[in-house]
Amino acid sequence: MSLNTKKDPIDPKLRNKALINEVLEAYPDKLAKRRAKHLGTFEEGKPDCGVKSNIKSVPGVMTIRGCAYAGSKGVVWGPIKDMVHISHGPVGCGQYSWGSRRNYYIGTTGIDTFVTMQFTSDFQENDIVFGGDKKLHKIMDEIQLLFPLNKGITVQSECPIGLIGDDIEAVSKAKSKEYGGKTIVPVRCEGFRGVSQSLGHHIANDTIRDYIFEKLAGQPAAFEQGPYDVSIIGDYNIGGDAWSSRILLEEMGLRVVAQWSGDGSIAELEATPKAKLNVLHCYRSMNYISRHMEEKYGIPWVEYNFFGPSKIEESLRRIAEHFDDHIKAGAERVIAKYKPLMQAVIDKYKPRLSGKKVMLFVGGLRPRHVIGAYEDLGMEVVGTGYEFGHNDDYQRTTHYVKDGTLIYDDVTGYEFEKFVEKVQPDLVGSGIKEKYVFQKMGVPFRQMHSWDYSGPYHGYDGFAIFARDMDMAINSPVWALTRTPWKASGATEEGQPS
Amino acid sequence: MTQSADKVLDHFDLFRQPEYKEMLENKRKNFENPLPAEEIERVREWTKTADYREKNFAREGLTVNPAKACQPLGAVFAALGFEGTLPFVHGSQGCVAYYRSHFSRHFKEPTSCVSSSMTEDAAVFGGLNNMVDGLANSYALYKPKMIAVSTTCMAEVIGDDLNAFIKTSKEKGSVPQEFDVPFAHTPAFVGSHVTGYDNVMKGILDHFWNGKAGTAPKLERAPNDKINFIGGFDGYTVGNLREIKRIFNLMQVEHTILGDTSDVWDTPTDGHFRMYDGGTTLDEAANAVHAKATISMQQYCTEKTLNLVAAQGQEVVSFNHPVGVAATDRFLMEIARLSGKQIPDELTRERGRLVDAIADSSSHIHGKKFAIYGDPDLCLGLAGFLLELGAEPTHVLATNGNKEWALRVHALLDSSPFGKNCHVYAGKDLWHMRSLLFTEPVDFLIGNTYGKYLERDTGTPLIRIGFPVFDRHHHHRYPVWGYQGGMNVLVRILDKIFDEIDRNSNTPAKNDFSFDIIR
Repeated sequence: MSLNTKKDPIDPKLRNKALINEVLEAYPDKLAKRRAKHLGTFEEGKPDCGVKSNIKSVPGVMTIRGCAYAGSKGVVWGPIKDMVHISHGPVGCGQYSWGSRRNYYIGTTGIDTFVTMQFTSDFQENDIVFGGDKKLHKIMDEIQLLFPLNKGITVQSECPIGLIGDDIEAVSKAKSKEYGGKTIVPVRCEGFRGVSQSLGHHIANDTIRDYIFEKLAGQPAAFEQGPYDVSIIGDYNIGGDAWSSRILLEEMGLRVVAQWSGDGSIAELEATPKAKLNVLHCYRSMNYISRHMEEKYGIPWVEYNFFGPSKIEESLRRIAEHFDDHIKAGAERVIAKYKPLMQAVIDKYKPRLSGKKVMLFVGGLRPRHVIGAYEDLGMEVVGTGYEFGHNDDYQRTTHYVKDGTLIYDDVTGYEFEKFVEKVQPDLVGSGIKEKYVFQKMGVPFRQMHSWDYSGPYHGYDGFAIFARDMDMAINSPVWALTRTPWKASGATEEGQPS
Repeated sequence: MTQSADKVLDHFDLFRQPEYKEMLENKRKNFENPLPAEEIERVREWTKTADYREKNFAREGLTVNPAKACQPLGAVFAALGFEGTLPFVHGSQGCVAYYRSHFSRHFKEPTSCVSSSMTEDAAVFGGLNNMVDGLANSYALYKPKMIAVSTTCMAEVIGDDLNAFIKTSKEKGSVPQEFDVPFAHTPAFVGSHVTGYDNVMKGILDHFWNGKAGTAPKLERAPNDKINFIGGFDGYTVGNLREIKRIFNLMQVEHTILGDTSDVWDTPTDGHFRMYDGGTTLDEAANAVHAKATISMQQYCTEKTLNLVAAQGQEVVSFNHPVGVAATDRFLMEIARLSGKQIPDELTRERGRLVDAIADSSSHIHGKKFAIYGDPDLCLGLAGFLLELGAEPTHVLATNGNKEWALRVHALLDSSPFGKNCHVYAGKDLWHMRSLLFTEPVDFLIGNTYGKYLERDTGTPLIRIGFPVFDRHHHHRYPVWGYQGGMNVLVRILDKIFDEIDRNSNTPAKNDFSFDIIR
């Protein structure tokens, strides 16, 4: 597939409708009906984006989604740095998710910190036939012996565990008792559960509730509590995102007692129920535990957005609203401090990026949260969608997107190519599986999961990097070279579909 | 605040600034309940000892940092080598997201592959409906010439029957009756990615040669002079297969590359996305049955495949990822023997050039100790080359190597005086390797990207050869096979050696007397 280079000034709503119809025509009828519900156009004033979500992916269409294991081990639990996370089952899941998410941390890896390591039970046929519980017992003993400074263990179930009837809960309980009450968390995040990563987030949240919070019930805080204690929830410290966020909260006078879960530790998880406020970045993956803490401990939570100066400013004030004038003044001080930097960044990059159109397809909070950062640079997001969002995500999205934005839930490879081909954005922001497809088409691309190995993108310091990276992607001289000069414009190689 | 619009600091520099250092120190001190520094240091030192090594090697259940992946990854690799072929993995969908990401991170290329997206209901009732719908959808949307079906562990544990499912799907009209849907069961809990490659390669050949799952007559073999070539699971497939084709063409040997992934993972950026590109045509795959012989470059990737080929009456010859002069000699002489063709002067000259390069540089490699890990065939190939260079492959480790492989490596080591004090480790992982590097240090480590953790912990410089290589770009474009491939490996090893010599002799007024301009 290739890009159509003609630019027609047409009504985006009409174009989207025609485009969606065109895409659906390629599908078998049954599938077209199913996919039609996930594709639409945002209409100003509507309470959501008019698409269905959090529904099973259709077989055979090249969904971009992952699984519950990815949501638990890969997202929620994996970054907790002083615990050992066992990928329990065959070798692959742990191998493919080993170190690839860029959850930055400080610690001595292999000694007191274990994030970028791959612990697996490497299931063999015998383990499937006879069960893996005995092996799990042995594995935990070996972890205790060889990694004595670990502060806890989680068991991240891969598909076979739930199918062969292993009792990882019993093993975890027995071993915890044997090791004098050590925290050992069995997680039922088998990859076939649910429809995407999303259920894995929920399952992982619930296990923190059941195995960390419940264990501490009634105990006093392990630290001296203060009036300005907050926890950062739902920041995975990709490329250091949580750090460039934490620094702002601290500068405004708050005390961050925990990070969930990027660069997080078990002590921080345990401290969280003693905080005054939970500040929630990735709503999708950690709203569950935030709601629980609100119900159980009376800790309020507030969503924030640290992408781009407009949203950061808004968020700092919203967070400060939960505190006294001291913190409110602190928020204003932080906003004022960074104003010159933000102005300099915008002065430098906005002229180079203004008017550029962006299409996004990402997970978690990013399909909406990054829109403001693009707009700060004068760019426009013309299409967006969620890999594993729910309806509440699409409701929240209405506060960000403009009338006429193309919306695609759980987009298929086929749809995404067609949409980009017709909408002709100046930049696509999605993941590693999509990156090279669009670059081949001559479309600038940034990975918006891993920040394309750059980052951080959160906070004021991160926005400078974000702006530079978007400029680098769009204004790279390489895009002027993709057309072969001796081939007519729009011509395709013989035999290649255009 | 040190961030600036003029000179944007990213993660490398930003978090080394004083305000961040202070913040992170406070975080650790106040909220992480840190262990005393001396306790961490004590354990860190202990992990370097023989005592730790002994306990580490006594592990029976736990695997830490393995150097292998699961069967389905190799299954997708093999399937992608055929013209217009869409790999279809029956089972949970997350697996496919992982394989696609894994390959794209290595090759910096798109990887197309679909899943039947099985969920809880499929776990209870079986995945037949997912297969029926999935094949229909894939066929309609992506217009493949062939769909190659393999499995994840989920489908294997519940016992889905691919043969029956595909038949039913065809009866229900998901794809035309005559459409090619070869399949292979590829359980993740048996073998490794090299096993998956073998199973799918065998599955595809068996499909074309032996009656397409009972829907067509078996092919009658009419022997011709062609030679089939199978590369196996290979991170250098793009460069290697092009080099192999060049060699066959120079020798004027008619050949068929079975599983030619050299184009699909190396498509141009010219405004078009090619979902399919190159690959062994389906006709070639079918006609490969008539070939005189089949050469496998990686024995452990093709054990079952070669049995199938041999059963057709072909001669089969297998190598263990040959690298270097003598190994390439054997490879070329086998082609010459099988084809009756001469090895042309051009290749003879290339051989001489590689020998020339080794002679020029061998004094820098001679006697150096290396640790190697990787797939079984790669380990054998690299160990052979190191022996040829007068280096010592002190530790040779393959997580997916078996006892028979270990014996083979032993035999290789025994064949050279440089292999005298060298050891082989089958079924061990990179945490075992860590103990080896501390207790029996070597000069250099050869392995994939994950070796950088060993480099960091033990200070052993890493030479990146293997799969995956995520953190260096474009290595896969350069062959490691043939004499030119040997040259590439030699240069990569030498570059690291020279970089290390420079790095260790660049402190002014201390040791920079050795900071020589000529080496």
